[in-house]
Amino acid sequence: MSNAMTETTLAGAPEAARAPLSARFAALWAAAGVRCAVPVVVLLAAGFLAPLIAIFAYSFAPPRSFDVFRAFSLANYAELFSPDNTVWLSFAWSIGFALVTCALLAVISYPIAYGMVFLFGRWSSLVSVLFVFPLFVSENVRLYGWVLFFIKNGVLDGSLKWLGLGGAPEVLYTPGAILAGMVYTYLPFMLFPLTLGLSMVPRDLIDAARDLGANRFQIWREVEVPLAMPGILIGMLLTFVLAIGAVSEAKILGGQSVIVISHDIEIAFTYAQNWPLGSALAVLVTAFIGALTLAVFARLDLDRLLGRR
Amino acid sequence: MTDIKDKKPILQLVGVRKTFNDFAAVEKIDLDIFEGEFFTIVGPSGSGKTTMLRMLAGMEAPSEGNITLHGERINDVPANKRPTCLVFQSLALFPHMSVGQNIEFPLKIKGVDAATRKARALELMAIVRLPASYYGKNVMKCSGGERQRVALARALAYDPEVLFFDEPLSAIDYKLKKILEKELKDLHRETGKTFIYITHSLEEAMVMSDRIGVMRAGRLIQVGTPEEIYAAPVDRFVSEFVGEVNVIELKREGEGWRGVNLPGAFRAAPPKDAPQADSTFVVVRPEFMRFLNDGEEADNTLEGVVYNEYSLGSRIQYQVRVGDKVMLVELSRSNALPAAANRNVRLGWDVRDAISVKA
Repeated sequence: MSNAMTETTLAGAPEAARAPLSARFAALWAAAGVRCAVPVVVLLAAGFLAPLIAIFAYSFAPPRSFDVFRAFSLANYAELFSPDNTVWLSFAWSIGFALVTCALLAVISYPIAYGMVFLFGRWSSLVSVLFVFPLFVSENVRLYGWVLFFIKNGVLDGSLKWLGLGGAPEVLYTPGAILAGMVYTYLPFMLFPLTLGLSMVPRDLIDAARDLGANRFQIWREVEVPLAMPGILIGMLLTFVLAIGAVSEAKILGGQSVIVISHDIEIAFTYAQNWPLGSALAVLVTAFIGALTLAVFARLDLDRLLGRR
Repeated sequence: MTDIKDKKPILQLVGVRKTFNDFAAVEKIDLDIFEGEFFTIVGPSGSGKTTMLRMLAGMEAPSEGNITLHGERINDVPANKRPTCLVFQSLALFPHMSVGQNIEFPLKIKGVDAATRKARALELMAIVRLPASYYGKNVMKCSGGERQRVALARALAYDPEVLFFDEPLSAIDYKLKKILEKELKDLHRETGKTFIYITHSLEEAMVMSDRIGVMRAGRLIQVGTPEEIYAAPVDRFVSEFVGEVNVIELKREGEGWRGVNLPGAFRAAPPKDAPQADSTFVVVRPEFMRFLNDGEEADNTLEGVVYNEYSLGSRIQYQVRVGDKVMLVELSRSNALPAAANRNVRLGWDVRDAISVKA
């Protein structure tokens, strides 16, 4: 049956290729799925693809101009890759922050996710709500909250002084503060994929591994982590991508002591009014993140994750 | 069958009880399991048999009482420190590992080197009748029966003294189940290990076991060989569990007895070993219940109407409405009752074929 169908399709394919374009379009239009997909295709094209194309085009415009689509120049890329340009430093900061945030979040979130899946029982929904709750407040507002907490004579410093403990160390406007802010902001984006990943580990398998002699660490290494890997990878990818594009933490908690890559892009587009250079930077970041995402998704079986198998 | 008399106990349960909140899943169980025997715990779902197994395997601790292995108390010894291994109902195979990796898992945990592991895995695969070419096969691509064998080989790789089975054959089709039952029995004989098997199917238990324990509502109500359970069920529940039976309730009436809501004649009921009470139950198996011709007599008779007949392959089962009860009669196909439907019949059963049971 399926063989016969494959043969028909294969035989039919050259036929379709030879048909006039209008007829092929009509055949395509006849499919309900295609017609249903039209609104979302239009929306994606206008809202997602068009800006991407515009940025891509701008990156080839002459520096400090708005001659998009009219001139072609590689000067922006040449400037970014020239040895005396220091933009690589911003790149390095962003990637460094993203890597460390990712690693810290994995370590912090794993026990919470494990608890939510295996231990908390009916309390786990309350715990999830508590972790989602801060998302209802704007990120900037929450970060300014941390500034008030850490600032000189702020909540922490003031309380310690009042207790006669001699004040808190200066943590605000340091890379450490930026990192803390990023870990705080992106926790839910690691926690929930991890929870999903761990919930895909059947209890039976953990019992079986223990019964076959495995200790807690061996169970974790041989059974839990491999089976929760799709969730772990998605969490890592999500936090990494978000963290590499993060800018508010560096601006608010870092007080511009460190310039991250998104901040550089923002400066190019606003203060410097050099859209082509900003676009070229954006293209590089997008390409980097895109390649990373593709690499991760190539290893992921989304069907299994979504429970279709 | 091995004679259990001269065997020494390997696992002993003394007053073992398990409660979850206020609910007692297992009530005061005393049981000795002997070295090398095939012991089956049978009971309907919710009878506490799985809880009992989880306590033996070390996945639950008993609330009261003691479990000993070779005379040493193991109540609080965790599963990974016990020389026992459980084959799960779900089989619990590791989906991210190949057949070989699954079987080698306990060896890898013990730190056995890769070459030795592989050799042992292939040896075990031969024992459970898996072709060696399956070594690298994705375990999720194996059929139900093959997975069964992988689970078995993995448990054997742990080299346990006692192997537990939690209804591993419940999701297998009938024909394959029969084959696997036989293989499991062979494996038991070949390895000489103690097997403790859990099932809700007494038929399965009868085929494989040296001894059977019947559980109901957290209690172990009868322990015995398959023959003992079949021939002398301790109560009505066990007798009904053994298979389809006719249960006849009798009440004392003057010097004799009569059936409760059962039209018929009860000349020689109940069996002599029946309790000296005013009412009792007797169990008569369908193959011992027979249709009587005109003028033919039996110790006891019942009058009813045939309302259904089933083919059981080589045998035919008749359902006969007697009073407000349904009685079962089984005949071989060659003795089939002609024009059975809606026929008024007389049934006969003899005292020697009846088993007296507690309610």
